[in-house]
Amino acid sequence: MTFLIGQIGRYAIEQTAGMGRTFLFLLSAFAWACRPPTRLRLIIHHIRTIGVESLSVVILSGVFTGMVMGLQGYYSLRKFNAENFLGSAVALGILRELGPVLSAFMVTGRTGSAMAAELGSMRVSEQIDALYSMAINPIQYLVSPRIIAGLISMPLLTAIFDVVAIYGAYVVGVQLLGVSSGSYFAGMELSVVFKDVLSGFLKSVSFGLIITWICCYKGFNAPPMATGVGQATTESVVACFVMILVWNYFMTSVML
Amino acid sequence: MIRVIDLHKSFGGHEVLKGINLELDTGKITTIIGGSGSGKTVLLKHLNALLLPDRGSILVDGQDIIELGQKKLNEIRRKFGVLFQGAALLDSMTLYDNVAFPLREKTKLNESEIQKKVEENLAQVGLAGMGYKFPAEVSGGMKKRAGLARALVTAPEIMLFDEPTTGLDPLLGKSIHQLIQKMHAAFKFTGVIVSHDIPEVFKISDQVAMLANGVIIEVGATAEFLNSSNPIVRQFIQVETEGPIAVL
Repeated sequence: MTFLIGQIGRYAIEQTAGMGRTFLFLLSAFAWACRPPTRLRLIIHHIRTIGVESLSVVILSGVFTGMVMGLQGYYSLRKFNAENFLGSAVALGILRELGPVLSAFMVTGRTGSAMAAELGSMRVSEQIDALYSMAINPIQYLVSPRIIAGLISMPLLTAIFDVVAIYGAYVVGVQLLGVSSGSYFAGMELSVVFKDVLSGFLKSVSFGLIITWICCYKGFNAPPMATGVGQATTESVVACFVMILVWNYFMTSVML
Repeated sequence: MIRVIDLHKSFGGHEVLKGINLELDTGKITTIIGGSGSGKTVLLKHLNALLLPDRGSILVDGQDIIELGQKKLNEIRRKFGVLFQGAALLDSMTLYDNVAFPLREKTKLNESEIQKKVEENLAQVGLAGMGYKFPAEVSGGMKKRAGLARALVTAPEIMLFDEPTTGLDPLLGKSIHQLIQKMHAAFKFTGVIVSHDIPEVFKISDQVAMLANGVIIEVGATAEFLNSSNPIVRQFIQVETEGPIAVL
């Protein structure tokens, strides 16, 4: 019994310490971001990596998400003779929930995993030690620019996802299933308020932070062995997915 | 001068360093030898505080670097150059940019001055005209040479070499040793080499120390060290499988 309590206690202490280290890592990244030199070139480079290079997968998933929403929405609403509300149903669902969450999933899979693998491999091959030895802080050089780039890129990608998904639903609902184009957009205009857009925007910013923070932390602290990179990558992707869903629920409940 | 005083370090309950005491003379090359897993690299990484000890001190020019804040530690670290075992070049940059990196980050030189220095350093290590290549496109020996050029480009007072010839064929290994010797003559740095490239590494060392069982068991000028009567040292430098060191 004493042994069991000891094990539980040890586990609790380890988890708490781990959370503390994770938060300190984030604080340190923000603190280093505020100190010169401003690494604008690196930030732009990572915006390209996170934003531009994720664009195709975000657009593709946006199109099909919109199309399936158009299809499902149409058949569900038709049961109540409410097909004309398709535009507003799609827009609210996409802007508030699916846009931010699904684009965050896509970025996690496309860029977050690569980020964790890259930093993990830098840890294993002593490149992070090399930065320390050159008196260059690796958090400032490797982590802060990625976090800033994530904060900038994620809302933009989400906005693109939203637009593409709304047009995907339009193609299915209006072009294929015959909902009137006017009612599709008019319903959207009537039901969507600024708060819906703001909610999606804030979610996407916070997801950008979660993805870059977790992936950088896991990669940066990868065990210095060959399997460390794989472990860091897997853990970062799983942790991001879980955190995105949990944080999404929390934000939705606060912003409703 | 670097002084290591009563240095202790454990990893997960396993004590790797059990009270290291060592003095590294200014302008001299000291080689630390010892079996695989004896803690040579761990000791080397303590010298510029890449690892922090559980107990003990490292004095660099009289200053205990373990107690320093980040800013002062960085000032001390600028005195150091490090050649890592795998060279640790930044993958995302060409060899040229790797060598230019510390100059761009830590000096106020303009790009044409940087170019001059980088090309000079690349030429010194036999990589003239190869700066455009990425680390993934060159051999292990070229990576080590580029790593050496990067470490030396800021003209450090102290150079740390972590197994500089590991993974290289004997000829390349010899050429790296010759390069270290040439660079030492040119830059007059204090060198610390961790190696088990015996006996080649002795040719470029002024002092040799042997690490075994977590402590320095023998240290002395190279000639003295080679005449040591310590059975562990004798077995190791004569590369014999029979003796006090359990090989398998």
